[in-house]
Amino acid sequence: MSGVRLLVGTKKGAFVLTADGRREKWTVEGPHFGGWEIYHVAGSAADPDRLYASQTSGWFGQLIQRSDDGGKSWAAVGKEFLYDGVPGTHQWYDGTPHPWEFKRVWHLEPSLDDPDTVYAGVEDAALFRSTDGGASWHELSGLRGHGSGQWWQPGAGGMCLHTIVLDPTDSRRMYVAISAAGAFRSEDAGATWKPINRGLVSKYELPDPNAEVGHCVHRIAMHPSRPRVLFMQKHWDVMRSDDAGESWQEVSGNLPSDFGFPIAVHAHEPETVYVVPIHSDSEHYPPEGKLRVYRSRTGGGEWEALTRGLPQRDCYVNVLRDAMAVDKLESCGVYFGTTGGQVYGSTDGGDHWSPIVRDLPAVLSVEAQTLP
Amino acid sequence: MIRVVLPSHLRGLARVGGEVALEVAGPVTQRAVLDALEAAHPVLRGTIRDQQTQRRRPLVRFFACAQDLSHQPPDAPLPDAVAAGAEPLLIVGAMAGG
Repeated sequence: MSGVRLLVGTKKGAFVLTADGRREKWTVEGPHFGGWEIYHVAGSAADPDRLYASQTSGWFGQLIQRSDDGGKSWAAVGKEFLYDGVPGTHQWYDGTPHPWEFKRVWHLEPSLDDPDTVYAGVEDAALFRSTDGGASWHELSGLRGHGSGQWWQPGAGGMCLHTIVLDPTDSRRMYVAISAAGAFRSEDAGATWKPINRGLVSKYELPDPNAEVGHCVHRIAMHPSRPRVLFMQKHWDVMRSDDAGESWQEVSGNLPSDFGFPIAVHAHEPETVYVVPIHSDSEHYPPEGKLRVYRSRTGGGEWEALTRGLPQRDCYVNVLRDAMAVDKLESCGVYFGTTGGQVYGSTDGGDHWSPIVRDLPAVLSVEAQTLP
Repeated sequence: MIRVVLPSHLRGLARVGGEVALEVAGPVTQRAVLDALEAAHPVLRGTIRDQQTQRRRPLVRFFACAQDLSHQPPDAPLPDAVAAGAEPLLIVGAMAGG
């Protein structure tokens, strides 16, 4: 019987949660790298037992760990992330120039067809690629150097490249998102990049409606069957593009708040989208103390609250941008982790939820692997 | 043998239990001890000092013989008791929250 493996990164280690296809009983392994911040753990689509983890610490810096056996054992691989050439400056919070400085890896995105190729999104924002299983890393500097880098500015969480989306139909097309610069698309495997932020509105932070960059994009999601349709959770606003990011339309509709971090698409229904509304950017908790996932079956605009099994009173956790994922089983599983250390799962597309584990450290990321 | 005590995060990373014992050729300095430590445990490269600049990471401190040696030059001799193996060099993560 097929199964599911959840890769959970937390503030104090990584955890691997596994279940068979029924997804009723879960095994919890971890913490791996106890005490370290694990920003992201990701598995290769080409080899599900090949995992990569971003292990970081304010004290001891950045490491990348690799597993070749599905997380049973790990080995540290390359950790030198050197910017290409003279890094130059971006804007600091006060608008003054600030030199680019590597801080940590936020997101790892393995290639869809080669286990040894993996992309890394880092803070200060840049995109790196390894083609030797993480042993060495090289910047795809066309992104940072395309001309607008000097105008990028950190969001509250730092100036991070946190989203990497690969087009399954065209290995040369990829998307990234940066807080707070916006979304970018490459059509040539990362050599050159184009900002794709037309239609995004950040009224107070960015009064110029035609600003090419400066938007605080939180997350982008795509269904593999329709790679030109993108869904975005922006700082405020849930957005949709039907033309590979050339233009965006707001689809926040009837959400109780259009602020949030994660966004995910159902594995088998390209128009079914999930978000977790958060009260505001200064109050990082759900509206009314009710933890609700919202689902749209219409590609946005019309949203329904999914509450069964989720706490509907006195709940003040957050769900971070990389902390929501779906599996590919026939009845799509949806999962998310909270800053309170809970990982919730649904085996019926979000109709019913139950906690898989309740008391982990604050969850930074959740990835779902569907195992053969 | 030079004795080095690592913080728990780095003990786990290097997969060592207690103290690390190192052979250091020549003068026993911070740099010589860290060179020997990183040669014995390459995974520690970059965790104590920057791989490019060789400067101590800001939230890492060095202590020995009840002295804070964090701001000593990397090529200054460590205390005789460390060089003789009577006292360990303590590598410590600074108290800074978390």
